[in-house]
Amino acid sequence: MAKSSIKIRAKVKDGITTVKCLINHPMETGLRKNKKTGKLIPAHFITEVMAKHKDAEVLSANWSGGVSKNPYLAFKFSGGEKGDPVTISWTDNKGNSDTKTAKIK
Amino acid sequence: MNTDMKRRVFLKGSLAAGTVGMAVTAGLLTPQAVLAAWPEKAFQAKKADEALSAAFGMGQTEASDKIKIKAPDIAENGAVVPVTVTTDIPGVESIAIMASANNSPLVALFNLGKSTKADISTRIKMGKTGDVVAVVKAGGKLYANRKGVKVTIGGCGG
Repeated sequence: MAKSSIKIRAKVKDGITTVKCLINHPMETGLRKNKKTGKLIPAHFITEVMAKHKDAEVLSANWSGGVSKNPYLAFKFSGGEKGDPVTISWTDNKGNSDTKTAKIK
Repeated sequence: MNTDMKRRVFLKGSLAAGTVGMAVTAGLLTPQAVLAAWPEKAFQAKKADEALSAAFGMGQTEASDKIKIKAPDIAENGAVVPVTVTTDIPGVESIAIMASANNSPLVALFNLGKSTKADISTRIKMGKTGDVVAVVKAGGKLYANRKGVKVTIGGCGG
């Protein structure tokens, strides 16, 4: 299976789980030009991100090309415990997607 | 077979005026992108209030200093501006991050689960010096705050 584009760190402290993730993705706005050819590099960015704790959706996001390349995302939620799975998934405007699950530490 | 080909070419031409054609010209490519129900109108709006109306169904916001925006005063690199939005307004359903001086101001929209804290961090692109605007939807109302960020090098890579 191809290497995942998602790195997740999930830690719980005092009942609050902090999730930090880094996604490998070019996040092209579609406004940049290829310096050699002068042609516009087509838009290629993550449009949707979904975060789940066990089976519950804790965060969903819609992004545009305005989010930086190799996007970083951090958020917090209550009710997680050590060992619980946290899953991050994304879909981009070309129909690509990826997903990764990590355990809360 | 021949008429089929002609039909297809004709249809392809006439579709240019339709949504598929528009999506292609907008660079959004495959139909699969449409399936994700991405709020295109909101993200492509050129003005902040239009983007908000399209994203939340309302454009009016109430200024609130209960929304804290953590972002650098001066961003060395507009392509990567770290932004953290937190608020203690209760019942937050969604948070939107906008860069007022970008071509399309709406950058990201977050929908929070019931147990999720109103504390989101990410990194955005800022084309030039402007405000980072955080809009919070809570209890059916929109609250907003902004923070100016000076950008020394533009965010789209020139």
